[in-house]
Amino acid sequence: MRTKDILSETYTALSANKVRSGLTMLGIVIGISSVISMVSIGQGAQATIESSIQSIGSNLIIITPGAQRGAGIQVSAGRGSSRTLTQEDAEALATDMPLANAVAAELGGRYQITTKGKNTNTTVTGTTESYPTVRNLQIDTGSFITDAQVKSLARVAVLGPTTVTDLFGEGVDPIGQTIRIKNVVFTVVGVTKAKGGSGFGSQDDVVFIPLSSAQKFLAGEDYVSTISVQAKDAESMTELQSAITEELMDRHNIKENAAADFSILNQADIVATASSVTGTFTLLLAAVAGISLVVGGIGIMNMMLTTVTERTREIGLRKAIGATRKDISKQFLIEAIILTCVGGLIGIILGSLISWGINYSGILKTSVSFGSVALAFGVSTAIGIVFGYYPARRAAQLNPIEALRYE
Amino acid sequence: MIEIKDITKTYTSGVEPFQAVKGVSFVIEDGEFVAIMGPSGSGKSTLMHILGALDTPTTGTYLLDGKDVSTYNQDELALIRRDKIGFVFQAFNLLPRTSAIRNVMLPLIYAEVDEEDRHERAASALIASGLDEQHFNNLSNQLSGGQIQRVAIARALVNNPSLILADEPTGNLDSRTGEIVLGTFETLNKKHGRTIILITHERDVAEHADRIIFIKDGVILEDSRTHSKRTVHHHAN
Repeated sequence: MRTKDILSETYTALSANKVRSGLTMLGIVIGISSVISMVSIGQGAQATIESSIQSIGSNLIIITPGAQRGAGIQVSAGRGSSRTLTQEDAEALATDMPLANAVAAELGGRYQITTKGKNTNTTVTGTTESYPTVRNLQIDTGSFITDAQVKSLARVAVLGPTTVTDLFGEGVDPIGQTIRIKNVVFTVVGVTKAKGGSGFGSQDDVVFIPLSSAQKFLAGEDYVSTISVQAKDAESMTELQSAITEELMDRHNIKENAAADFSILNQADIVATASSVTGTFTLLLAAVAGISLVVGGIGIMNMMLTTVTERTREIGLRKAIGATRKDISKQFLIEAIILTCVGGLIGIILGSLISWGINYSGILKTSVSFGSVALAFGVSTAIGIVFGYYPARRAAQLNPIEALRYE
Repeated sequence: MIEIKDITKTYTSGVEPFQAVKGVSFVIEDGEFVAIMGPSGSGKSTLMHILGALDTPTTGTYLLDGKDVSTYNQDELALIRRDKIGFVFQAFNLLPRTSAIRNVMLPLIYAEVDEEDRHERAASALIASGLDEQHFNNLSNQLSGGQIQRVAIARALVNNPSLILADEPTGNLDSRTGEIVLGTFETLNKKHGRTIILITHERDVAEHADRIIFIKDGVILEDSRTHSKRTVHHHAN
């Protein structure tokens, strides 16, 4: 029997029972479309999380004080309470580390900020000139803090766009205006570009002042809460991280790794952790959707078995006029495969539409990968073969004499 | 040519083995019109299944056009049925909701005849079996019983078989339509030289054939030639 004829027989058989064929296909449609849309949601979430981690800077190594400590010593580990990192550490790293692109020391804290008639409570970060380089920060108007301002304890501030709106209202140019932080007057010299909310808290609701000013006027102590180091490239991060560890231990006179009074976070590790979390999440979603695909496959098998029983006499006749077992099993197997393939195709379209809808509504940035489409199509064909095989075999094994007599 | 020698068929699926055919031998030459007649339970259906290559005998040989098909396996038998045998069933067995001509083309699909030739061959088979051209594209449920059986006969003819095997072809028809269908078989035999074996339990149906093999309890009781009915029938027309 020729392939073209098998396809035409299949078309006739399936279109003879349109409602049933459609309902059977629906199982596969739902299964495939949920796999496609769930995977695209999972991958979209992964991409969103990764990009928000990347938005805090690229190839970043973050050093914070006090988190690693020896056994038995109770130290309050909160930022600002451990005073082990200094600006000198940051400067030493900047000069001694050839793999470091830029180093920025920070001292942050939440303070009440007031202007005439308005106030806000936000993060005030004391830092140095290299901060924008390290943290991928861009200046919208004015300029960022300079090293000269750090040296001279200048009372100047750079605001995030959200802080500007909170303190001065929409559409007001704040450059040259003054703000009060902890009753110290600062002059606004610049506004950063909007980065969008990411991670914990918006990166737009911030105030930057010179590191020395933060130490002197706000914290009253000579330490830093974070040192951010940007590596030259992604490849040198691991090497740079161990070099920094060595240098700081040397500077702090610490012999053992376990006793280190600082901790180092590598951005690549954060991304990897987040990716593995969202990857697991995607797998979970796909597994749940996959179950519905299996249920759809069983629906196909059920329908094919019913069809074989219903068409027993037809099978008998086909055998009587010369159909071989192979002809019969091929016909029924292809019927099942066509059902699942067409169902799979509709499922792919529907799944892509769902994914597009989610993207369009702005909840998540999703994309349907070619891989998941290929996988879905492969899986639906495989389901057709697996769940169509048994009914097709049953049809082929029918005895023509008994099949012809079947009532 | 059909040559069967000492055919027996024993069914072992029941509690006790049952021998339905107990040593049957005969020869049917090309172009003969033979009726195999017998009451129900006589073994004529079993014999028909063996003659139609739907089943194989337990012992004995069956030579169809010189080939011993008694030892063939299922798929080899399918090919013999495809190339050598045309069936006409009591229950017609047309494909439902399928046009007359498509039903007739079905054996050609399995024989892998080219698409262009199928239509032509199906149409000439339908004309030979006496169906009006206006009914060719009617669906099988839009045809009368007589028309359906003509389509079934055309389907049996279309592959140019060595043998047409009709199993109670008039069993589901009223006597007038039955006469017409039997007339069709006679025409096919006389005009087109087809070999036809008619399986029936009715003597007046069997008498349309040139030769009647009477079978009872699995053995041949009588193998005789008849002319009377046909002559009467033709004069009556």
